[in-house]
Amino acid sequence: MSILETKNLSLAYDKDKIIDNLDLKIPEGEITIFIGGNGSGKSTLLNSMARLLKPVEGSVELKGEDINQLSTKEVAKKLAFLPQSSTIPEGITVRKLVEQGRYPYQKWYQASSSEDQKIVEKVLKDTGLLELADRDLSSLSGGQRQRAWLAMVLAQDTEIILLDEPTTYLDLSHQVDLLDLLYELNKKDQRTIIMVLHDLNLACRYADHIVAVKDKGVFAQGKPEEVIDEEVIKEVFDLNCQIVSDPVFGTPLCIPTGKNKLSQVV
Amino acid sequence: MLKNLKISRELILIFGLILLAGLIFILSLSFGSSYISPVTVISHFLGLEAGSYNFTINILRLPRTLMAFLVGAALSVSGLILQANIKNPLASPDIIGITGGASAGAITYLSFFSADYGIGGLPFAAILGAAVVSALIYFLAWQKGVSSIRLVLIGIGIAAAVDALVTMIIVFSPISTTVQSYVWLTGSIYGTNWEDLFQFLPWVIIFIPLAFAFYKSLNLLALGDKVAAALGLNIQLNRFLLMTISVALAGSAVAYAGGVAFIGLIAPHIARKMGGKSYSILIIYSVLSGGMIFMAADLLARTAFLPLDLPAGVFVSGIGAPFFIYLLYRNRNQF
Repeated sequence: MSILETKNLSLAYDKDKIIDNLDLKIPEGEITIFIGGNGSGKSTLLNSMARLLKPVEGSVELKGEDINQLSTKEVAKKLAFLPQSSTIPEGITVRKLVEQGRYPYQKWYQASSSEDQKIVEKVLKDTGLLELADRDLSSLSGGQRQRAWLAMVLAQDTEIILLDEPTTYLDLSHQVDLLDLLYELNKKDQRTIIMVLHDLNLACRYADHIVAVKDKGVFAQGKPEEVIDEEVIKEVFDLNCQIVSDPVFGTPLCIPTGKNKLSQVV
Repeated sequence: MLKNLKISRELILIFGLILLAGLIFILSLSFGSSYISPVTVISHFLGLEAGSYNFTINILRLPRTLMAFLVGAALSVSGLILQANIKNPLASPDIIGITGGASAGAITYLSFFSADYGIGGLPFAAILGAAVVSALIYFLAWQKGVSSIRLVLIGIGIAAAVDALVTMIIVFSPISTTVQSYVWLTGSIYGTNWEDLFQFLPWVIIFIPLAFAFYKSLNLLALGDKVAAALGLNIQLNRFLLMTISVALAGSAVAYAGGVAFIGLIAPHIARKMGGKSYSILIIYSVLSGGMIFMAADLLARTAFLPLDLPAGVFVSGIGAPFFIYLLYRNRNQF
């Protein structure tokens, strides 16, 4: 029994199939990263694993139980999901946002407990947001804001965390910051992290397990070193490239070659 | 430390609002075709006036003033919930046709059924009208979920259609009720007595606390549907229940005060401007500001052109319409 897996999973918007009959097991306690071209269905797959999209066939199983049979709150105690950020709620402070992460643990008539407050404080500390806690979310920079959203998800205190392109709109240094933070969480608490990333090189560096999505299914998966080579990239992204070893981390580093610019060099 | 300061800031604001509402309340009881000084009003309530103002205050002005406050509060909370539910600051029960639906229900009942079945069925007719219109708007705006801008546009269209329907019903109704119907449509609480007040009271006593019970859902919805769902909120169920509360509040308010416009738009905005961060506070601010506005509007309406007693709705619209245009202007880049 895997911590999170899909069984014969098919997903569709209207009648267009996005994912067709997919069996995929997520390794427990590791960082899994989905890669794939635009419109390949990787985000759709992630959404269905977060119970936000019902399968047309098959199922997503959380520790052996069909995720669509569980109550919303039960799922929210085991699995957290951060969608691609879009709305910035009006007039909410960082602390208030993080407190929302405790929702699945509260009854409708309960205010936040001292246990909730303790977890919120800890999360604010872990994410380096203590000093910004009483600032308005809308007054923060993009990097700080994304950190606040992540802190909310961490306050949910779940074994599994799903993130949909958490580094979009961030500059390179904030991208690395955020991924370092996730890496630390994974190593410290053995949390299972699953995310969609666009940056292939960062994906190879941070992933224990990489999943390349193509043609309504998984094209290849495994350790980045074993999976990523020129042919796979050509197939998945329709891109000519050279793969070298990252001089610092030893992970695969993709150098896209394209066509026009290359002909000038040679 | 900082947190405690914040809480007391909110408490001070609420206390200030209550004081202001109390002031308008006393003034409402003072002014009218005969003037009773505020001091006399207060000593009347303390039992020091030997009942010389029993008729003017207790029978004429008190039920009407209390009704004004409750109607304003109900419409305001209805608007607050509606705006949160469909995530659009332009939403308000009157603009998207819910008030119109309630009016159509109420006018139909008044014209054709009240003679046989009495006045007690009026709120149900109004709420039924409001519910039918909201269901219709939802149905027409539905396209794999509800997009808020679609919903507002369709609502504005339906509001116009329902207004036409109301006019038609009035044309076909007995001549004797025509003028009354028109006054009622603008929003008037002229001649409210204790019986009216006690009939309306249960709706407010049930549905405003019920709205309050949903403050966490409202807080989550403000974060976006996906985030709210991922945090464990049953979106469709909560949407439906919130809509029901909103319709019940607007519908019952219309039943007793007529088609009052714009309170559901302005009062929640004032509440937001006061800096409420959680819906628990926003609901309280909305109750107080909405109640106060309609109380003040009714006071002005019945005293400004003495001896004429104008419908309070006219005064609310007088402030509300320019405010709506301002909102459209401020949000012009969002659509």
